[in-house]
Amino acid sequence: MKRLAGGVVPLGAAFLAFLLGALMIIALGASPADGLAAMFDGAFGTTDRIAATAVRATPLLLVGAGITIAFRASVINIGGEGQIIAGALLSTSVALAIPDTPRIALIPIVVLAGLIGGGIWGAIPGVLKAYASVNEILSTVMLNIVAIQLMNFLLRGPLIDPIEVGTSRIPQTQRLTDNAALPTLVEGSRLHLGVPIAIVAAIIVYLILFRTPFGFRLRAVGHNPDAARAAGISVEKNIVSALSLSGALSGLAGVILVFGSESLRLVTDGGSAGFTGSAGFNGIVTALFGGLHPLWTIPSSFLFGSLLTGATELQRELQIPNALAIALNGLIVLFVVSSDRVRGWLDTRLDRSMKARVEE
Amino acid sequence: MSEFFTVSVIFATLSTSIRFAVPYLFAALGETVGQRSGVLNLGVDGIMLLGGFGAYYAVLETDSHILGVIAGLAVGLLMGLVYGVVTVFLHAKQGISGIGIFLFGLGFSDLLFQELVGTPLPIRPLPRLDQLPAVGGIFEPLVELPVVGPLIFDHDLLTFLAFLLVPAVTWLLRKTTFGMNVRAVGENPQAADSLGVSVARTRFISILIGSTLAGLAGATLSMQLAIFQQNLTNGIGFIAVALVYFGAWQPRWVMAGALLYGIVTATRIRWQSLDIIPQGASDVAAMAPAVITILALVLLASRVRGPAALTRPFSRH
Repeated sequence: MKRLAGGVVPLGAAFLAFLLGALMIIALGASPADGLAAMFDGAFGTTDRIAATAVRATPLLLVGAGITIAFRASVINIGGEGQIIAGALLSTSVALAIPDTPRIALIPIVVLAGLIGGGIWGAIPGVLKAYASVNEILSTVMLNIVAIQLMNFLLRGPLIDPIEVGTSRIPQTQRLTDNAALPTLVEGSRLHLGVPIAIVAAIIVYLILFRTPFGFRLRAVGHNPDAARAAGISVEKNIVSALSLSGALSGLAGVILVFGSESLRLVTDGGSAGFTGSAGFNGIVTALFGGLHPLWTIPSSFLFGSLLTGATELQRELQIPNALAIALNGLIVLFVVSSDRVRGWLDTRLDRSMKARVEE
Repeated sequence: MSEFFTVSVIFATLSTSIRFAVPYLFAALGETVGQRSGVLNLGVDGIMLLGGFGAYYAVLETDSHILGVIAGLAVGLLMGLVYGVVTVFLHAKQGISGIGIFLFGLGFSDLLFQELVGTPLPIRPLPRLDQLPAVGGIFEPLVELPVVGPLIFDHDLLTFLAFLLVPAVTWLLRKTTFGMNVRAVGENPQAADSLGVSVARTRFISILIGSTLAGLAGATLSMQLAIFQQNLTNGIGFIAVALVYFGAWQPRWVMAGALLYGIVTATRIRWQSLDIIPQGASDVAAMAPAVITILALVLLASRVRGPAALTRPFSRH
């Protein structure tokens, strides 16, 4: 029965959020049925669109899997945006430095560079929390700002496309070598290697968290740090590991955003959302909706990916701004995190009615 | 460099710094009250965006800055009601529910802007003291005074209000019964509860104060800039939350932090416009406040203790 309540409540939360979304669509002067049809069409209407949805889900899945690791260790990682950028910057720099490396070697190298870049950006707040008691929520938020400015600095200066220097000075790198482009899986569609990479990564995260002693220690620290410490587990080391791994997965999302893009270059619009599509924040929604379980994060990311591609179609067909998707994501977070207590009440009610039935 | 070090440019820059500090100050003072009661609101940036849009739209439609301020306050209050229910009654995890508020504010303010306005139409900027209708003439000689003119008098009324709120919030927290209750439920809610203080009510009111001020912070920002656009705040609300830690939960130190942000931002923009530093150096300089904040947190974390019950939901059982 408890399991039932556990699954029903997040779905109820999502249902409530979508109900509010339908109300917003009505308020904007369209019919929610048309809206839903447009979104469904946008997300799944053609093979190309399904591929686009899967591609859109990829960074959400990677960030979400990373967030899951951090949250399981009771560390709140708000730094996804910065970690994506750090991974993208390091992998892009590497690809610019060694463009002639054959594809079979270059792709693993840029993936590794992205993992390292994001990992470092995650390790910093980890070390600060573990050894200097700095609140990780604040340090990750601050490091987002630092990463954005670092990207602006590099793309306007050292890494700028030489063609742009004398002309319009668009802050972007030159087109990267085709050797680093993630190969497409289905000829003619946008489905690229990043999608299976992300799914495999989520499965590996599951195995690490639930099938290794290391994962057990991470979760023990998250569950009860004092008990973990008493059992001889280093709380500090596990906090650093959790945030580093979490950052590394976001960094990998950065690699896929660059090397899976059609333009095959890193561009900044001065903020982070232009490049990341706010995946660093939307990944949190994905992870929460997946019940902080790496495997459930896979369908969850596909759902939120379809919300994003669907919203694009909603804008095209019914002129409803696609910002609706972000607003809905916010509502889903609010409903899901508020549902814990509701779930508690449901559990008590269920327990009581079960007891009553047994006593009868 | 030399054209920067003239008295008039330096004072003009400082004057801009003070104005830039205002949205940070409103938001961070409100967050201070909330955190002293034990509630972290990470959604400040989203509330600022909604309040900023509300004020912008009100001024666009009515040309009245007073209505703009009221719109900002009202939006903030409304979001405070939502966040209060979510944290105080439903015990949602505060760091994450704040992100929910942020995302909602980010998306919904953009949605409303695109739907109701579309293209970024400028509004009438917030009048300075000497531009006020009817009474403006009285202040004209004051604004023209050397040094104190640009520093103290060449500002809009909201700037004065923000800095007056610093002693006001200090007084509220230290000298009033409500303030004592706030500190009590932030430090030891069990003890406060056993003495008959309603933890839920005190926290709810603190959240409302904080959120309303966040709405005002957003209203000030959009009315000072006389424009609205997607993600207008660009993270100011998140920095305001960090400023509360930076200022060790004391309004006057929070104000110092807000001024630091104002000075760094104003100086960077001025240097760039005078071509003293290239764009690249300006981007690096834009990292400075965030890096300084992290360093300050490292130094302060071991020395200053925040409210003991911060982020901990309270229930009797």
